[in-house]
Amino acid sequence: MYTFSSKLKTFSLILIVLGIIGIGYGYISTPSSIEEVEKMLTESHHGGHGEASSDAHATHDAPVAHDAKDVHADAEHKEHVEHVYHQLQNKPWSALYVAGIFFFLLTMGVLAFYAIQIASQAGWSPVLFRVMEGITAYLLPGSIIFFVLLLAASFHIGHNGMFTWMDPEVVKEDKLIQGKTAFLNVPFFLIRAIIFIGVWNLYRHFARKFTLAQDESTDDSNYKKLFKASAAFLVFFIVSESIMSWDWIMSVDPHWYSTLFGWYVFASFFVSGITVLTMITIYLKSKGYLPEVNKSHIQDLAKFMFAFSIFWTYLWFSQFMLIWYADIPEEVTYYVTRIEHYNLPFFGMLALNFIFPILILMNADFKRLTWIVIGAGAVILFGHYLDFFNMIMPATVGDKWFIGASEIGSILFFAGLFILVVFTALTKAPLIAKRYPFMEESKHFHY
Amino acid sequence: MSSHYEAPIRRPLVVGNKSYHDVTVDVARPVEGRANKLWWTVFTIALAAFLWGLGCMTYTITTGIGTWGLNKTVGWAWDITNFVWWVGIGHAGTLISAVLLLFRQKWRMAINRSAEAMTIFSVMQAGLFPIIHMGRPWLGYWVLPIPNQFGSLWVNFNSPLLWDVFAISTYLSVSLVFWWTGLLPDFAMIRDRAVTPFTKKIYSIVSFGWSGRAKDWQRFEEVSLVLAGLATPLVLSVHTIVSFDFATSIVPGWHTTILPPYFVAGAIFSGFAMVNTLLIIMRKVSNLEEYITVQHIELMNIVIMITGSIVGTAYITELFIAWYSGVEYEQYAFLNRATGPYWWSYWLMMSCNVFSPQFMWSKKLRTSITFSFIISIVVNIGMWFERFVIIVTSLHRDYLPSSWTMFQPTFVDAGIFIGTIGFFFVLFLLYSRSFPVIAQAEVKTILKTSGDNFKRARAQQDNNSDNH
Repeated sequence: MYTFSSKLKTFSLILIVLGIIGIGYGYISTPSSIEEVEKMLTESHHGGHGEASSDAHATHDAPVAHDAKDVHADAEHKEHVEHVYHQLQNKPWSALYVAGIFFFLLTMGVLAFYAIQIASQAGWSPVLFRVMEGITAYLLPGSIIFFVLLLAASFHIGHNGMFTWMDPEVVKEDKLIQGKTAFLNVPFFLIRAIIFIGVWNLYRHFARKFTLAQDESTDDSNYKKLFKASAAFLVFFIVSESIMSWDWIMSVDPHWYSTLFGWYVFASFFVSGITVLTMITIYLKSKGYLPEVNKSHIQDLAKFMFAFSIFWTYLWFSQFMLIWYADIPEEVTYYVTRIEHYNLPFFGMLALNFIFPILILMNADFKRLTWIVIGAGAVILFGHYLDFFNMIMPATVGDKWFIGASEIGSILFFAGLFILVVFTALTKAPLIAKRYPFMEESKHFHY
Repeated sequence: MSSHYEAPIRRPLVVGNKSYHDVTVDVARPVEGRANKLWWTVFTIALAAFLWGLGCMTYTITTGIGTWGLNKTVGWAWDITNFVWWVGIGHAGTLISAVLLLFRQKWRMAINRSAEAMTIFSVMQAGLFPIIHMGRPWLGYWVLPIPNQFGSLWVNFNSPLLWDVFAISTYLSVSLVFWWTGLLPDFAMIRDRAVTPFTKKIYSIVSFGWSGRAKDWQRFEEVSLVLAGLATPLVLSVHTIVSFDFATSIVPGWHTTILPPYFVAGAIFSGFAMVNTLLIIMRKVSNLEEYITVQHIELMNIVIMITGSIVGTAYITELFIAWYSGVEYEQYAFLNRATGPYWWSYWLMMSCNVFSPQFMWSKKLRTSITFSFIISIVVNIGMWFERFVIIVTSLHRDYLPSSWTMFQPTFVDAGIFIGTIGFFFVLFLLYSRSFPVIAQAEVKTILKTSGDNFKRARAQQDNNSDNH
């Protein structure tokens, strides 16, 4: 049995406290009135600023000339200030949202990986199942917090205006969004979220129940139930995952659309999930808890990190290149704003998510060295956090982004909570399942 | 690569109490024996179809592309449909030999040789179309960036059609090398068994002096792994580049970002269906039912079911996003597919590709050989129509209603397609009589873990030790 070391527990609690302080500071330092923004803008404004506040909201794209004296420019200026005010209001919410969805979805990545391992009757991975189940214990708290964030956005709690299509004022003016209201409306949006989160949690609940029951039983009936549940979950997952990505990520840019988007998001959180699984496995092994896990298991996990980093890049490139190549104005704005205002995070994540892992994890010997795998894992995780950052932020805060108290605080909070929940869950059951049919194979696995 | 222990619930992959020698004899039999009447009959039909197709190609090249049913609006139809269809079929071979190798799937060993042969022969068919659909095929070599006397007139690397040239030629060469490397130990086996000087000579040449030393095997395995690691991104990129032919355009119905992975999924789908079609016949006529078992067919059916579901998800995604985009051209493109003059091809595609693989959820159906055979044909018809629907329905009605038209193929279009099917079978039939159709060297590596006799012996042993 695993015992949660008090050091790690304290560490996770410190992360949570620091996170809450950071998040709180983020909300407090947000300007609470338009006048404050006005003052802020004139202070930081030495002529050139504010000329281009272009972002995904095409309606606000008009350049603003502060010095112009006519009434028209005045109205435009007022609109601009209001726009900046909303962006700044969104910032702590978006920071929380990005970190929240990142940790929640990487748990889903592990859950999908787990279901695939069971459905494909993998013979190498069963010794890791309990680690995966420990990680997916975060699904319930993670998805509940995330649902609360969706509620906050849906009901504009605390000036949360992340989803512009939820604002009736915006919809009134916007023909394009009006055409989408059959899908993009708050009740249906929340119902979909409840169904998806509910079914995913149900699968995780029953999968855990069946594996624990399989430990004590004398036949394979629980294994068979687990197998069927996993296959059924995967079918539900492929459909719900696509719709989820349209709902929770793509719709922050309600004008933009891409058919590949769902699979692209999947690749991002799937590789993050596998990376977290690898890192936690290495940690537990280093503490002597997983004697059955050998270097071959680590190598296989690192192979998945390597392969899915490339797969993510493949989808990233396919989506980017096709939109760049055809250069259709409706679609290309998505990348124009990102390249203009998010140049470093946008191209930086490519280095982190592709160039770095491909160079480091290509070598077979390196994949067996834990410090290299941990190092590569840290880079991959940071890279994919940035990926989610790049997907959400340009639409909600535009060019007013920076990685400050809100962003770091949110990451710390969710990381602390994640560690607390996952390692508590790991103490609840033996780290090796007893009578899973492929367990012996997995213990003897050698590559 | 394999562990000493195998879970008892894994089913045997080789049945019929085989020894190493039995494997050799069974694999060599079709090569060493003589062709029967049935083989000659089928071969003659395939050859006739091929020659007919050759005639149609000659007619096209000497008379002009106007002999086809193309018009000013629909400039691509059967030619590119067939091209993409054949490339897609080719993908399963690489998938079975490379991706399944990376995933350590032992069941691939009985089918990889024929799947790779299928790849090579179908990529050869595909390779014909980019040439014969040119208006001036004799200037085809201009697509190559070679220094020349036009002041070094160069190609434009921005066109996906040029990427196609690189993708397909690289794909064919790598697949060929991968296939041939794997054949070396098997050719050596035929060489060592040959009784006539002529066959001895031939198989000595093609087996490159393989003598099976430990060092050779070690390098052989390493090369296979490296080639598998290279072939996997290659196979994904080749069909991705083929999909770029459409997706980079601005034609409604073509310009969609999901095409790259969705074409790849479709390629696996149709390729596996073709492997199933071929192997269900081959296991019967070549007496290889003990190697290509019902379990192999079942597993291929599962792959078909999974990729069919992925393709189905992509169809739904395209439909949804077309509506969601709010772009009326995009919306009309899909409305036209479902209800326009080519509605029948759309619904044929939908029912063949989305509904038919769902039958495979039933264990009874997916382990039925007859049913698998029927579905494998249905899937390939569906996948032909998928390409036809994407290409023709998007072209025949797009931005300007004044350019709307219809497409009607001529006998030359059909003749060339039939010709490539004939050519494919000519090659495949020749292959099945002169090549070891099962990678016997590989099957021998799993015989002691996955042979039914060895599995029984192990179960017996376990029982005995339990009793003590």
